[in-house]
Amino acid sequence: MSEPLLEIKDLRVDFEVRDGTIHGVDGVTYTVNLGETLGVIGESGCGKSVTAKAAMQMVAKPGKITQGEILYHRRSKFDPSKPAEVVNITKLDPDGETIRTIRGGEFAMIFQEPMSSLTPVYTAGTLIGEALNLHRLIPVTVGEQMTQKIMKYRPVTKQEAREIAIEMLQKVGIPKPHERVDSYPHQLSGGQRQRVMIAIALSCQPFMLIADEPTTALDVSIEAQILDLMRELQETTDMAIMFITHNLGVVAEMSKDICVMYMGKQVEQSSTVNIFYEPKHPYTRALLQSIPKVGKRSSDRLASIKGMVPDPFHLPTGCVFHPRCPEFMPGKCDRIVPNYVEAEPGHWVRCLLYENV
Amino acid sequence: MAERITTRDDTILLDVRGLKKWFPIQKGLLKRVVGNVKAVDDVNFYLRDGETLGLVGESGCGKTTASRTVIRLYDPTAGSATYRTALFSKDGKDERVNLFDLTKEQMTRVRREISMVFQDPVNSLNPRMSVFDIVSEPMVIHGMPKGPEMEESVIRLLERVGLRREHVRRYPHEFSGGQRQRIGIARALSLNPKIIFCDEPVSALDVSIQAQTLNLLQDLQKDFNLAYVFVAHDLSVVQHISDRVAVMYVGKIAETASSDDLYNEPLHPYTEALMSSVPKPDPLYKSARIIMQGEIADPSNPPSGCYFHPRCRYAKDICSQKAPEYRELKPDHWVACHRAEELKLQGV
Repeated sequence: MSEPLLEIKDLRVDFEVRDGTIHGVDGVTYTVNLGETLGVIGESGCGKSVTAKAAMQMVAKPGKITQGEILYHRRSKFDPSKPAEVVNITKLDPDGETIRTIRGGEFAMIFQEPMSSLTPVYTAGTLIGEALNLHRLIPVTVGEQMTQKIMKYRPVTKQEAREIAIEMLQKVGIPKPHERVDSYPHQLSGGQRQRVMIAIALSCQPFMLIADEPTTALDVSIEAQILDLMRELQETTDMAIMFITHNLGVVAEMSKDICVMYMGKQVEQSSTVNIFYEPKHPYTRALLQSIPKVGKRSSDRLASIKGMVPDPFHLPTGCVFHPRCPEFMPGKCDRIVPNYVEAEPGHWVRCLLYENV
Repeated sequence: MAERITTRDDTILLDVRGLKKWFPIQKGLLKRVVGNVKAVDDVNFYLRDGETLGLVGESGCGKTTASRTVIRLYDPTAGSATYRTALFSKDGKDERVNLFDLTKEQMTRVRREISMVFQDPVNSLNPRMSVFDIVSEPMVIHGMPKGPEMEESVIRLLERVGLRREHVRRYPHEFSGGQRQRIGIARALSLNPKIIFCDEPVSALDVSIQAQTLNLLQDLQKDFNLAYVFVAHDLSVVQHISDRVAVMYVGKIAETASSDDLYNEPLHPYTEALMSSVPKPDPLYKSARIIMQGEIADPSNPPSGCYFHPRCRYAKDICSQKAPEYRELKPDHWVACHRAEELKLQGV
């Protein structure tokens, strides 16, 4: 039985701008389990990154969480036997003590652009040390009482931080970690920078890794190395991964479950095999057909989705996908807003084809 | 070198041989040249009428530099690019000219027939010019009369690429990424070119828009009998659109073959590894993935022998000693690998 780590329930994030309100995320519900990978896919602007940011309570202004809850089953890092305590992240102060220990310490994040997300004036060792200094505690036994040990936790020292940094660099596969620990980001290649990012993220032993397009800026050969590394690290540490991407190939390889988003709404969610072999929502189907596949040259033309992603200020009525949908039902899809229903056990979809209307 | 290329016929529109582009590394006050970044180092390829040649490789392998050098956006260090054209002949018959021997004025005339589509649809359009100005600029440069006729032809072009008549007075910021790329394509088409160099035309676009743009490029190719040189790093896109594909590695071409041959029976270990690293959109696909160790070689200080040998799992002694010859192993299937004959490589 998989254990839930993060439950997002009916989440809504609104952006109040001069021209009106945009629902960046509109009623998203999903669960990330411990030790599993959830893939979140969708085109740019569909709200996949905003959802991840909301989970860390760091939605940038003018964005605001206006509805729903994000339940985090918080466990103790040092005492796994302690029952998990449920924290509602949406209720936390974005600058408060609790969320700051969760961010970085318990949820780590890696970003798309490895160049701009590393500070150019610090060495790899310093960057990893910073995270360690803030989040990693070393247990020390201060005494014994009957069978129980009395533990205290102290922050890492500079020397320890450097040692851990070298160990992490080795773990993520950077050659000569003793030398590389003193390298600045510009002295590293793109793949190595992304490895340093992963080392920073994992140095504090997080429960969850939010990977926002971690390989998009990398070449396929380096991408393959990074994906392999992430899978290997997941097996040894049992962390959960939220994998945000628009690359269907990557998501097929990495995730156990997939959530498909379109215009801030979740349109479909199921296991990876179901999504790829029995997609239910017309958007998912169209998305799968529109990618060229290596080694298969079935037809000359690609099936494309007609039209464009709608203007967020003037969303279509009814189902937001209806103007582009190949299975548009006049009189229904443009009037009725579909509900998110479980069409088959474990297969959720938001489409009127699976509702009795 | 000339005799090495055996496949030679009248349908060849552009024939690039021994192309080199080295960027000097300068040091000190006197700008002494201390070395060269061999971005493109002895590249050979040819392009036939109405066909698409894909150029793939990892970033920094020289694919963009190669295509830009051919149309002389960079000055070539060595090599030739023979182009078949009737622009300079008096009797209107085709003759072959070397693009690298032409004067600046002659090259401007050739640019009517060879145009480009760039990667970044945001930065390749001037934000202060309207769509009409952007699309008509090449026509103005080439001395076509302004007036209602030009406006009509701009509108025809816009409609051909899937934009509307009323878009002609708008500015680039009013369009989405996919539409901007269509404007870029319309501009490239404005002088009835024969060849379009497409440099990563779809990599900045979303999947659904990418499919629309690829379809558009294919339709235009059929209608106008265009030849494309399609530079991209996405192997699945390249395979989809290309008739033939050239795989580049550190300034050299590793392998050239028809799209199907390359993916089914690769002859170069780099091609094999590159294709196996592409994540397949199929969760049940059991991948026998070959992970290439290390990083792409530094073009200013490449390894000895075959540049790929430090990452190659089939490398033998000879690979680190001697550079392999680029040769035609099967008809239209070129490869630069010492062990190409003996290896049995996996396709996709």
